Amino acid sequence: MNIITKLAVAASLATALTSVSLAQENLNGLVVGFSQIGSESGWRAAETSVTKQQAEELGIDLKFADAQQKQENQIKAIRGFIAQGVDAILLAPVVATGWENVLTEAKEAEIPVILLDRGVDAPEDLYLSTVASDQVLEGRVAGEWLVAEVGEEECKVVELQGTVGSTPAINRKQGFEEAIAGHDNITIARSQTGDFTRAKGKEVMEGFIKAENGGAEICAVYAHNDDMAVGAIQAIKDAGLKPGTDIKVVSIDAVPDIFAAMAAGEANATVELTPDMAGPAFQALSAYLADGTEPEKFIITESKLYTPADDPQGEYDRRKGLGY
Amino acid sequence: MANSPFVLEARGVIKIFGNHTALDAVDFGLKAGEVHALLGENGAGKSTLIKILTGAYQPDGGGVFVQGEQVHLDNPLHAQTHGIGTVYQEVNLLPNRSVAENLYLGHQPTRFGLVDHRKMEANAKVLLQRYGLNLDPGSELGTHSVAVQQIVAIARAVELSGKVLILDEPTASLDRNEVERLFEVVRDLKSRGLAIIFITHFLDQVFAIADRVTVLRNGRLVETRPLDSVSRTDVVRLMLGKDIAFSGATDLEPENAHSEVLLDFRDYGRKKSVQPFNLTVHKGEVIGIAGLLGSGRTEMARIMFGADPADQGTLHISGKPVSIRNTSDAIAQAFGFCPEDRKAEGIFGDLSVRENIVIALQGKLGWFRALNRDEQLEIAGKFGEAMDIRAASLDMPVKLLSGGNQQKVILSRWLATDPAFLILDEPTRGIDVGAHAEIVRTINRLRDDGMAMIVISSELDEVVAYSSRIVVMRDREMVAELRGKNINPGVIVQAIANHPDEAVA
Amino acid sequence: MKRLHLERLANPQLLALAGVLLINWLLFPNFFRITWQDGRLFGSLIDVINRGAPVAILAIGMTGVIATKGVDLSVGAIMAVCGAVAATMVVAGYPTPVAVIAALAVGLACGLWNGFLVAVLDIQPIIATLVLMVAGRGIAQLITEGSIVTFNDPALIFIGTGSFLGLPMAAVIALVLMVLVTFLVRRTAIGLFIQAIGVNRAAASLSGIRSRMLLMLVYALSGFCAAIAGIVVAADIRGADANNSGLWLELDAILAVVIGGTSLLGGRFSIPMAVVGALIIQAMNTGILVSGFRPEFNLIVKAGMIILILLIQSPLAGRLFTGRLVPAKAARK
Repeated sequence: MNIITKLAVAASLATALTSVSLAQENLNGLVVGFSQIGSESGWRAAETSVTKQQAEELGIDLKFADAQQKQENQIKAIRGFIAQGVDAILLAPVVATGWENVLTEAKEAEIPVILLDRGVDAPEDLYLSTVASDQVLEGRVAGEWLVAEVGEEECKVVELQGTVGSTPAINRKQGFEEAIAGHDNITIARSQTGDFTRAKGKEVMEGFIKAENGGAEICAVYAHNDDMAVGAIQAIKDAGLKPGTDIKVVSIDAVPDIFAAMAAGEANATVELTPDMAGPAFQALSAYLADGTEPEKFIITESKLYTPADDPQGEYDRRKGLGY
Repeated sequence: MANSPFVLEARGVIKIFGNHTALDAVDFGLKAGEVHALLGENGAGKSTLIKILTGAYQPDGGGVFVQGEQVHLDNPLHAQTHGIGTVYQEVNLLPNRSVAENLYLGHQPTRFGLVDHRKMEANAKVLLQRYGLNLDPGSELGTHSVAVQQIVAIARAVELSGKVLILDEPTASLDRNEVERLFEVVRDLKSRGLAIIFITHFLDQVFAIADRVTVLRNGRLVETRPLDSVSRTDVVRLMLGKDIAFSGATDLEPENAHSEVLLDFRDYGRKKSVQPFNLTVHKGEVIGIAGLLGSGRTEMARIMFGADPADQGTLHISGKPVSIRNTSDAIAQAFGFCPEDRKAEGIFGDLSVRENIVIALQGKLGWFRALNRDEQLEIAGKFGEAMDIRAASLDMPVKLLSGGNQQKVILSRWLATDPAFLILDEPTRGIDVGAHAEIVRTINRLRDDGMAMIVISSELDEVVAYSSRIVVMRDREMVAELRGKNINPGVIVQAIANHPDEAVA
Repeated sequence: MKRLHLERLANPQLLALAGVLLINWLLFPNFFRITWQDGRLFGSLIDVINRGAPVAILAIGMTGVIATKGVDLSVGAIMAVCGAVAATMVVAGYPTPVAVIAALAVGLACGLWNGFLVAVLDIQPIIATLVLMVAGRGIAQLITEGSIVTFNDPALIFIGTGSFLGLPMAAVIALVLMVLVTFLVRRTAIGLFIQAIGVNRAAASLSGIRSRMLLMLVYALSGFCAAIAGIVVAADIRGADANNSGLWLELDAILAVVIGGTSLLGGRFSIPMAVVGALIIQAMNTGILVSGFRPEFNLIVKAGMIILILLIQSPLAGRLFTGRLVPAKAARK
């Protein structure tokens, strides 16, 4: 994608958000600090670019600080924001613990802090709100799609888990199992970790196919993220089967490459983990600054289901522009 | 118990490793107030006997007796409680702890359960003075010379055991003055009634300090005799079972004045290492280099060989100017170098005898002209035979060979490169008498074949026997070049010891 | 002749590989089933050689480094960098050969950098290569801008997923590389010099071996192998994943070399046995995948197997082993 289309997509996205921004005129001219974890994944890069676009649209002067995966960098950045006297702080915390001191400093400076993506272990009064997705819900949406898709047919599912012991892996597994509970025609035949990576997703799926009679007995694969699903799709193709038809593919995140697969008929469904954490955050901030409305402590973002009916090619192009 | 004349005794001790009998019914008795030298070629069974006497090994037959009573020594610590202490060639202490801590490690005086440093250092000071050491007990051990460390180790061993002191090659890394200092300590301990076992390769030292000598050969006791009734030749004959090849010559070899000059070093030197020196080396001559440890002998050799390249002066080889910037340059000029520290710089322990012999030649040939296995075997076999290397197989790791055979391997390595100039740094240090003789024979043979050599050695008798000139080093400077008749070890020692009337020609 | 043959089969690496494959077969009876599908061989055993190829390729380079008493921690990160270079270049429209050569050149340059730190600046290998291990992944992320760079270039994809005579391309590449490098070190004096440096670098220098040049060479080779592995892995998933490509694979490669009988203290080495070591590791991974164990047990099973294999190779076990073998041989005579 060349730079002109990128700009065009960004502009169209910005237009889509204009309606929201009209209601948040009180944010115009504010200075907001944003301490981002880093750019370790495409989703993270998208979150950064969406946040910057939102801020620009709302007339916010966004001070961006990339912590390169280090908490001490984030703490430094926040202290810097406090010293500069910003009007609000967005924080995507790299870990859950160790924030109490710096959040107290922000509170004493009367700067509201909104957490993005995940919560922290600190007293609730130290921050305004947390904007995050519900990972259990994501798994449940994926499971509910499969339940509706197969109806009463027998369906053997293989599961590509995230990194063993990680919170999203545990939650997304739990949500999916909740959704298929009571539907005895759907069983999870095999479940292994693919470490959230495309390469491991492919390798594990290769193993599953060998173990399940060349893949003939597998009805669907559920991957805890799209990257593993993309790897699994390649493994299915290498085994001479048609992904999306012979083996259904459902996953979570909604990154561009899964839409490319969907457009090619090789993936069936994905649940969006929206990179737009800043939108709800700015909304809450606007309301709070306008009349002191205390927002919910946890603002849950939408877990939207995308299927081939949702213009996958269009979604692919739109998302590519976000830096995925 | 009082009827035994011996403090420590081994009776009919047998030790078998696999199908090899390391000790075959050996008797050994140690009296109080004597220094008892234990001699034998490598592999004679000296160290096995010592390990049995200190409890490191258990005998397969016979027994160990302390003051006439049979004891079972579980380990060296247990031997200590029977009054038996050992000091090894490599000081076995902690160089980064204080002298006092090293003396009392494990037995520190305590106060309220804590180590009483003040008391410990005061005790240490008194103790060290008895050994003629006047030093700060709080100083780090590693900052002192090896000789001082050795004496500290002796003091510790005597303090902890008190009856028997075993000195296992304690002088191997000491220079002459240091050896003398150590001997004073040993004589003092002897006069205090300690029984001392002394193991060394230096016959001079045996005659200087020991009262009796026990000779082992091939795991058997040859004889125990008072030293005043034997000559050096007797001892050597006992060890080898034959007369060795070289005798104590006192005159230099005649200078080969007519032969061609091979090397001409002019103002050759390296900053912070060795002062510039002038030296010419003829074909077919051996130049001996004498000097104390640390006098710059080894440094001089390394500069000549390009291991630490010269940063001043010139070198002409057969009249043509040559620049040697690294060892490869030197080897390309047909130089060879047997380093002093065989284990650290000479052998490749895990590699085979064959590989150890061909490596320098292969280095000369480069990466891509590889010798194949047959060629390697041919070369290794040829030189192994010429040097009489005793190895079960050319494919066995060289580390399994005795020190003398390892030295022969390194010499073979250079001979395989067909060198014109060979530098030997302490080629006979710490090796058995048989290998020693073999190496001296080889030096003579190579000289007669026209090779130019530089030999660094502390064995002055030996150097005098094969050299035509002696270069004396002191304080990193070449201070004398001795030549002509009437050069003997005494003259060299005088030159080393800075006498003004040096016989500089 | 016959005796030589028997001894070869009795070497601990091949025994360990046979043992792991046997266990896999017991856990999953179809383990050895190989079918012909779409012009290529298909089966778990093929997965083992295909998936084992990247670590095998790394191990080929790592063997030389470890034999010199060094270690190269940066290979995983170099994989990520080189995969990223190849992927972004084909995406930007460069011809595939140009992209591949550029990626290989970058790997070589990374290796030379490591070699420079180790050989010229005399920095300890573990520290010297740690620099690129940390920085390399960051560089890879800069190149890919944090996302997976997906490509559809058929020639590049062929390197990772194609097949030659029915065998996976990655395995063919590993095999060819193994033969070439083994030939290079054994038919020249390089192998002997590498061992000499590993056993005693001071003695090697005094024997006229240009140890600096040689160290540069082995680290450069390691970087080059990492580049190949990085391209293979990226080509396999049709994308350069800067965050995960080669992650922790340096440790697998070191393990493969050690299982292959090369000591971390340097000296004697065997490149083919290091490749066997990589296959042993992958056979375990594949075995775990087809066995249906719960993923929580993956690491425990793997660690247990590795301890077992290393124990089999230990000198103690060796003595027990030969202790039983020697009388048998004597009897045969």
